[in-house]
Amino acid sequence: MNRSLGPGDVSRRLSLSRREFLRGATGAVLGSTLTGASPFVHGEGSRRKRKVIVITFGGGARDQETFAPQGQENIPHLLNELAPQSSFFTHVTNQGILGHYVATASLATGVYETLNNFSAVPPDHPTVFEYFRKDLRRPSSDAWVVAPSNGFNRIGESDCRSYGPGLGATVILPKHLLQAASSGSGLSLDHLLLDNYENPLYTPTLEGGEFELNQLDQILRLSVSDFMAHARTLSSPDELSVYIAKRLMKEESPSLLWITMHDMDIAHSGAYSLYIEGIRRTDRLCGELWAAVQNEPEYKDNTTLFILPDFGRDADYDAGGNGFQHHRTGDAASRTTWMMALGIGVREKVIYDEPMQSIDLVPSLGAIMGFSPQLAQGKPIKELL
Amino acid sequence: MQPLHLEPEEFAKYPPEARMLIVAHLEAIRQLPVSFVPNLLREAIDYDFKFPAERSAIEKELTVISSLTAAELEDWFRGFAQITLSPALERFDWVNQPARFAEQESAYLWTTHQQDAFRDAATAYGARLLAALPPSEPPVRRLGIAIIGQGVAAYDAPLFRDIRAQGTYFGKLVPENGLQLLLAAVGSRAKAHPVPYGHWYVDGGDAAEHGPLITCVSYKALDGARAALLKNMQAEIRRPGMGPEELRTHLAELMPSDLGMEKAGDPVLDRFQVKLLTEGSGTQIFSTTFAQWTAREALRRAQPLTLLVRFAPRQRQRPMSELLSNSNPTPELDFTGSLIDADMGAFYHWINQQRLPGASQSVFLAWFEGHQQAVVVSPSLPRGVESMSAIDLGKLLDLALS
Repeated sequence: MNRSLGPGDVSRRLSLSRREFLRGATGAVLGSTLTGASPFVHGEGSRRKRKVIVITFGGGARDQETFAPQGQENIPHLLNELAPQSSFFTHVTNQGILGHYVATASLATGVYETLNNFSAVPPDHPTVFEYFRKDLRRPSSDAWVVAPSNGFNRIGESDCRSYGPGLGATVILPKHLLQAASSGSGLSLDHLLLDNYENPLYTPTLEGGEFELNQLDQILRLSVSDFMAHARTLSSPDELSVYIAKRLMKEESPSLLWITMHDMDIAHSGAYSLYIEGIRRTDRLCGELWAAVQNEPEYKDNTTLFILPDFGRDADYDAGGNGFQHHRTGDAASRTTWMMALGIGVREKVIYDEPMQSIDLVPSLGAIMGFSPQLAQGKPIKELL
Repeated sequence: MQPLHLEPEEFAKYPPEARMLIVAHLEAIRQLPVSFVPNLLREAIDYDFKFPAERSAIEKELTVISSLTAAELEDWFRGFAQITLSPALERFDWVNQPARFAEQESAYLWTTHQQDAFRDAATAYGARLLAALPPSEPPVRRLGIAIIGQGVAAYDAPLFRDIRAQGTYFGKLVPENGLQLLLAAVGSRAKAHPVPYGHWYVDGGDAAEHGPLITCVSYKALDGARAALLKNMQAEIRRPGMGPEELRTHLAELMPSDLGMEKAGDPVLDRFQVKLLTEGSGTQIFSTTFAQWTAREALRRAQPLTLLVRFAPRQRQRPMSELLSNSNPTPELDFTGSLIDADMGAFYHWINQQRLPGASQSVFLAWFEGHQQAVVVSPSLPRGVESMSAIDLGKLLDLALS
């Protein structure tokens, strides 16, 4: 048992465990042994065309079910296809509130937000989408969010006075679209409308920046009947999200695309097998999305993909929790995660152990894409600059 | 309100034994920080309906607090004293609603980034209390039994992966009459060591025949209470303004009579069962979760000498709204998924047992029901080895307890 270890020890141990495992599995080298600037500095001229996709490997996965040796069977795509092409950051901590909406909002603003996790409120600080669009004068069609849960409908833009309304990303909630499309059709697509177990009755009023059903045809070139026909072939909300994301890539080719996964949060129901199924599905979907990047001319050789969990889940040995089921204790296992970066401008097969925080993502994206996230509180990750 | 201003009459709404206990220690409680006191009261307010082990723990905790000098109190509670609360929280009626206060306090600590400080203060306090009150060893080796995989004909992937390193894996057991042999052993222990709430049998389905001295909780027996609860939840969900936090608060305040359990005879066990359903996440819909959570709560609260948990197949995953509506009387079952759930549940059973006094001498057995595989953790058996002995479960248990 590791009960006598302090949070810092546990956090470091998790990081080292990931490092050793990945070194063995992928033949990666330690980033600390490399010198010289990142390939990003040579890509200055092509910033205009660069695409960035962020996937949050949510909601809440632990090491032992992913990158620890006993978890490897659950992530064959991350491990065998993506990790060998990636820079892998073994020690990412989330020091904020461990609720999915507030944590994802924190990832998107670079500030540990303190909003009510169960309220339909925008983040207090400007989002990465607002910095990107305002600083680089990009149209709304260039920044999108795809999120499975209704609770995420306000994540596209803050109510910050100098940014805010009209400058954020358009948010697509595929489940909301599906509900609207299937209303009165008599079709049973309930398996794609699985609610978050934590808040099965939370369906906030949608307002501000969401994608509406009538835009399916206009923007995604997708008829309602085709959408419904394809939806019938899918098995989960995250599969629906990835389907929509791929369609967006094909039709709109946004430069900044943010996809929030959530299937694995079924863990709150206490059924371990369903939690594992969720992780395996998310792993497969990450692989599919990277394959889509390679197949889309607008994205191939021009895209940087970031994959990171919003946070972990409680450790088995923490008496304050019930292991994988929740993320309530705030222990090291629930706060310590990882990040994978791959694609253009990223060194392959490199592992970085230096501790970073999840709020460092936005400043790093700013440095990579050329915008200035002035109010973000994280720091740019120097290994990516 | 600050604890310093507490008066005995403020506890008038408490159950009689809880009120007497609190008032007896009121002088010491007045000296404690407001961030701590409601959490103490949350436990004490239910004193009349607690298991003997919990009652003893509360009494001892209050006795220790009352014995501390002013300087010691300051030292022990410094971490809690540094926690700042909002004026709204300080005005809250935390005397009569300590659980509701604790929920709101937790949310406030998260939003003000004080959660870690509170956690550190609680951990330090727990360590001091443990040092002041070294736990007494149980009168007999504690025994945990987890029976998993009911109804699964074959399963090729390895089982008990998380526990194997701790004990001996048996691959050629004689499985016949396994359940009866294990329940008979629990019954014998209950007779030999008659401790109130000392010997438990938890079944995720319909309970098998068992000895009269055993405390039994089963998912099937709570069908009526679960249906009443789900109906209650549906009604609450339809109410305007209802959200997840409001629903949780509402559920936490339900009593056995609200779920049609008023005719049952044991108020302590009835309250325990209601809390399993109202405070456990997923216990209302998945029998595997119910069995795992019941084991955890029984160990944490009642500290039984014997706990046998038999997992049963749960219903397949369906949309949450459908699961909560409880509309399908014969849902399809997920046998393999339930086995995986139960395998993890067995691991958590062992972890929770190891948190109790006498852990180094305790015995744990997990068995794949109807099959030849089991793992046994016992000081009498070597760790991390495999045995191909063809013995039955009764003899295996004798061996583990020898």
